[in-house]
Amino acid sequence: MAVTVSIPTILRTHTGGEKSVSATGATLAEVIDDLENNHGGLKARLVKEGALHRFVNVYVNDEDVRFSGGLEAQVKDGDNVTILPAVAGG
Amino acid sequence: MLVIRRDLVDAMVAHARRDHPDEACGQIAGPEGSDRPERIIEMENAERSPTFYRFDAAEQLKVYREMQANDEEAVVIYHSHTATEAYPSRTDIKFANEPQAHYVLVSTRDPIEYELRSYRIVDGVVTEEPVKIIES
Repeated sequence: MAVTVSIPTILRTHTGGEKSVSATGATLAEVIDDLENNHGGLKARLVKEGALHRFVNVYVNDEDVRFSGGLEAQVKDGDNVTILPAVAGG
Repeated sequence: MLVIRRDLVDAMVAHARRDHPDEACGQIAGPEGSDRPERIIEMENAERSPTFYRFDAAEQLKVYREMQANDEEAVVIYHSHTATEAYPSRTDIKFANEPQAHYVLVSTRDPIEYELRSYRIVDGVVTEEPVKIIES
């Protein structure tokens, strides 16, 4: 399954400045592993102790993966995966 | 330096006053690369808290898509402090992920006089900058 992944500004140092890259996988976890193979360092920015980082939002198409299985969320050929760091503070 | 229209400043302050004592948050979009804030977007504070804010994740995606379609970016990211000064807190610094944005803080701790200041936050380093208000 090939998907398009939108990369936020803060993580583009890992993609040579590219705003979006392709990756493959049947689940979000597999997509992230594939991203890591081609753009080393990304995984650590997204995943912590086997779960998605609390302050990173990941969407498959329009769905926040928090509500569709997290790392186990299914992806289909042609899906768009969007990564957006949470905008938060105190 | 942040150069910003008076009506946008007034809108941020009004939003902060309205949500007081909870923190208000939002962004001001502008043409990509222009450094010119033009369109204010009040965001939902998903935390509804007097000490913390977080953009609602679904709304954040919707607004991000709109900005991409318009060739805009977040020129200003603002939020309020309701009991402390308009200076970035430790959590503000920890979660600052937009090095190109002006981080604007509005303090509503005084019921009459507001305080509004602007910062760059890059790699955990806070640099305050002057705010130039253009009468609109």
